[in-house]
Amino acid sequence: MEIVMAFVCGFLFMAAIYLILSRSLLRIIIGTGLLSHGAHLLILTMGGLGGTAPPVLAEGVTDFADPIPQALILTAIVIAFGVTAFILVLAYRAYQELQTDDTTAMKGSGIDD
Amino acid sequence: MINFLLFPILITFFTGMILIFFQKNIFMQRSISLISLATATICAFLVMLQVQREGIQSVTFGNWPVPYGITMVADGVSTLLVFTSLLLAFFLIWYSFGSIGKEREHFFYYPGIMFILTGVNGAFTTGDIFNMFVFFEVLLMSSYLLIVLGGEKKQLRESIQYLLVNIISSALFVITVAYLYSVVGTLSMADISVKIAEINQPGIITTIAVLFLVVFGLKAAIFPLYFWLPSSYAAPPIPVLALFGALLTKVGVYAIMRTYTLFFVHDIAFTHQLLLIFAVLTIIAGCIGALAHFDVKQIIIYNIVIAVGVILFGAAQMNFDGLEGAMFYLIHDMIIKAALFMLVGIIIYITGTSDLRKMGGLMKKYPSLGWFYLIAAFGLAGIPPLSGFIGKLLIVQGGFAAGNTGTSIFILASSLIVLLSVIRIFLYAFWGKEGQTVQIQEKTYKQLYYPTVILVVISIVYGVGAEWVTPFMDAAAHVLTDPSVYIEAVMKGAQP
Repeated sequence: MEIVMAFVCGFLFMAAIYLILSRSLLRIIIGTGLLSHGAHLLILTMGGLGGTAPPVLAEGVTDFADPIPQALILTAIVIAFGVTAFILVLAYRAYQELQTDDTTAMKGSGIDD
Repeated sequence: MINFLLFPILITFFTGMILIFFQKNIFMQRSISLISLATATICAFLVMLQVQREGIQSVTFGNWPVPYGITMVADGVSTLLVFTSLLLAFFLIWYSFGSIGKEREHFFYYPGIMFILTGVNGAFTTGDIFNMFVFFEVLLMSSYLLIVLGGEKKQLRESIQYLLVNIISSALFVITVAYLYSVVGTLSMADISVKIAEINQPGIITTIAVLFLVVFGLKAAIFPLYFWLPSSYAAPPIPVLALFGALLTKVGVYAIMRTYTLFFVHDIAFTHQLLLIFAVLTIIAGCIGALAHFDVKQIIIYNIVIAVGVILFGAAQMNFDGLEGAMFYLIHDMIIKAALFMLVGIIIYITGTSDLRKMGGLMKKYPSLGWFYLIAAFGLAGIPPLSGFIGKLLIVQGGFAAGNTGTSIFILASSLIVLLSVIRIFLYAFWGKEGQTVQIQEKTYKQLYYPTVILVVISIVYGVGAEWVTPFMDAAAHVLTDPSVYIEAVMKGAQP
């Protein structure tokens, strides 16, 4: 199962990098979304997928999933949501102000103006 | 008071929340933020004294036993950094009364500063690697707000770049923590250190060390990863730029120093050699940038990059002198960078331009400003009695002791280029024939002038009175050179 998950993460990273390298801002944002999904799945896998019971520890239970990756993933997902929402709003504002969503057209050194 | 070390974080956090309710009342915003920052600074100072007196303090949340709960640790390193960042923020807020403008004050400028300080202080204090990621996000989120606040074209353009770089580095951070968790099975920094020592750092841990260097290096702006910094930092107004320049990169530097002295200490021949090479390359890149520009902001911004290189060079030596020097230089650099940005801000405000070639002859009208600038510039370069000297001396001593003679001499030589780059501002702006000036009000000028001057004086005191600071630096370097001190203090604090 871990091998399958590794492939899934790898595929997500591949797609994310492909999208991040494109010129349209919206595609880049979708790419960052995929990147964080890949990272989250990686956390889940890295704790080991063993155990079928829920991550609750009780007297006499020996077979349970590791709860820490689930706690981490929850935190990381919330943060990723927040950041994605922020960058979407920012991209919209930038589109209004700069009249373009093409990162090449946006480019400027920002030094001498 | 066992929770006392959390006060610098909690006070700034709650102040940020309270300030949101006074959106339109600028007087309240200003007074509340000044008062609470003063309180937080005093608390941080008391924590520092307590740590000096009673040893490392730690709190584990929710009474969990130690390797499982989230620990907050106040040791010599973190308390020094927390105190300095709060002190700087106090003067920066005072400075921004005159310079940030009503528009930004109405739109959550002060809460943004408070939340960024929460994140910075949290990242310095935390003893849990995932919790450090969370605090990084807190400070990044507030820095996104501050960099885009005002919504000018240039700000929007640069903030998108800044956001993307940081989102990708955050994803890398999560990935690295996941790898580390899969190898050692713990998140508490003290426990990680113990576990890595047990398995004696195999190749996979060294790989994780390099990944951490990439992640924190993006934040700290080390050599190949500093590309985003000059243009992004130039976009926001001067007080925000000063805050970023003084605090944000230093969080990355702190994280590199912490992980490279606590976790990855068993394969120094590879990891610390790599750190040393990158430190030297960072200095070279920074020097080239600092000499190439005629824009005052850019010159000082590239000096941030140089300073990061110098500090990491000290950290890469892994001996007492090198690490103590790195701590000295880290604190010095935070103070002097804030002061320099504030001075440069006044110059820009007076002349109405940031282009050196259009300035000139300010010495006649503003002599005291000129002399204070000169002192700050000498301090940055490390002319003996001033604050940069002792840090650099110790770093170079550490370098010689570790056998890196050539690179140590290079560090000394780079001081000359630093001096040249900042003296150029003095020559162009204060000497020569009079350039353009903008009429500014006496009151605004004073609002900008006093906090800046006090900060320069603090930097002088820090240099001349190095004797008083040394005990704190010794304690910090002691923690950095010997991981077992940190581990023992954290593990002991656990027992209920």
